[in-house]
Amino acid sequence: MKKLLATTTALLLTLSAGTATAAHCTNAVWNKIMERGKIVVGVKPDYKPWGFRDTGGELVGMEVDMAKNVADTMGVALELVSVQSSNRMQFLEQGKIDLMIATMSDRPDRRQIVGIVGPNYYTSGTNILAPEALNLTEWEQLRGRPVCGKQGAFYNQIVEDRYGAEVIAFTGNAEAKQALRDKKCIAFVYDDSSIMADLLSGDWQGFEMPLPTEDDNPWGLAVPKAEENCVFGRFMSGMQYNWLKDGTLIELESKWGIQPTGFLVDQQERYKDWLTE
Amino acid sequence: MLDAFAQFFRDLAADAPRWNFIFFYSEKQAGMVLSGLWMTIQLAAACLLFSVAIGIAGAAMQGAHSRLLRALVAGYIQFFRNTPPFVQLLFFYFALGRLTPTYSPDGWLEVPIVSNVGWAIISLSFFAGAFNVEIFRAGVEAVPKSTQEAAHSLGFTRLQTYRYIVLPLALRVSIPALNNNLVNLVKTTTQAFVIAVPELLYESITIWNDYPSAQNPMMLVLFVIYLALVGLVVMGMNRWERAMRIPGYGG
Repeated sequence: MKKLLATTTALLLTLSAGTATAAHCTNAVWNKIMERGKIVVGVKPDYKPWGFRDTGGELVGMEVDMAKNVADTMGVALELVSVQSSNRMQFLEQGKIDLMIATMSDRPDRRQIVGIVGPNYYTSGTNILAPEALNLTEWEQLRGRPVCGKQGAFYNQIVEDRYGAEVIAFTGNAEAKQALRDKKCIAFVYDDSSIMADLLSGDWQGFEMPLPTEDDNPWGLAVPKAEENCVFGRFMSGMQYNWLKDGTLIELESKWGIQPTGFLVDQQERYKDWLTE
Repeated sequence: MLDAFAQFFRDLAADAPRWNFIFFYSEKQAGMVLSGLWMTIQLAAACLLFSVAIGIAGAAMQGAHSRLLRALVAGYIQFFRNTPPFVQLLFFYFALGRLTPTYSPDGWLEVPIVSNVGWAIISLSFFAGAFNVEIFRAGVEAVPKSTQEAAHSLGFTRLQTYRYIVLPLALRVSIPALNNNLVNLVKTTTQAFVIAVPELLYESITIWNDYPSAQNPMMLVLFVIYLALVGLVVMGMNRWERAMRIPGYGG
């Protein structure tokens, strides 16, 4: 028995050695992008207005604009690939995409899998989209009741453990929202920023975002784990620093009609160039 | 012993960040895997039963006098065999689900009488049932006309002929093809994931979304469990086939 366990450990360690010994830089992905003259970026297809499909089927949104800016800065063409919350890290790991800008919350366990580089470009917290008729005012009211959610959101588990809600997690936003409209659940638990955008869109008459936002969590874009501390990772840090410093993201926020967040204003202040007045 | 077992996997997770067998040391995740497995078994068992029943009834109706009845079965087969089960699940749950009566526990929620699990069973049973009808038809057609005529001349009605003469013989011919279809059905239950039925795939993906480090182990578990489940079905079917064998009939 002991020998078997030892063998399994050895085998598994060999299998995962790829990530453990990536200390030196080969810059494989960076070089690949430069050689083929094209960067493949994974973005969301269903997270309006960060990443979504317009009426013509094209992927557009705030994060798509950021991806364009990255491609322009590198001087390469841009190819967009739509990703889901539940497969975005795997796409990056497997090399289906070179870079992921997909509304992902920056979490410690995710940093072990993909190369999330700072400074974080955005933030959002957890809230619910719920009918006004229910008059929800506190999280505790969710206890024991069906709440729709989406597979891949890290706070599904938190809402279950902390408030005892019964989360029914669908694969996509569309299904989860449809289930809420069909009154199959009392609320849709999601990012406050996305819910706010939905409410502003006018499609959700009679619904509200009634609870105090919880677990505010910065977002992170990600490069492959091996590139984290190499050219690609450092480059993306620089891109984000500049976006925050020169107000690009604040402009994009207003371009896409997103409720302005204090976070971006604070970050602009934080990275302000000491020579400008 | 059990503590050492859990501790081993806790250590393994710390050493190898890709191989977090979390369900071996965390009660919550273990519960999720088990409840997912139980749901999958229930789904599969219910769908197997209903789809075979549908197959037998459908094949009987195909041989009916009434042209309407025959057309109905033909239409049913075309509809369910020619559309993907994934789309059927979405259609049943979201479109038909809205037409079913609901009750409201709190004045706002409209809980449909048929739950998502119910719709999954209905949809998957009808899907596999459509194939089963055709499988049983092949069996029925393999029974010699003369045998049926002999039954008629002995005073059996059509239904009695089907029940006592044709079906028992047809079943024996149908088992290998039925075996294939039922194996497929067990695997198709994973598609119920799309309407958030908490079966094994749903729970597995939930676990690896909560703990990205547990993805590889969860996939391993999925493979092993489905291999075992399908293995059980195949074993049962083979046994049944052997038990049903008539020496000298059908090779």
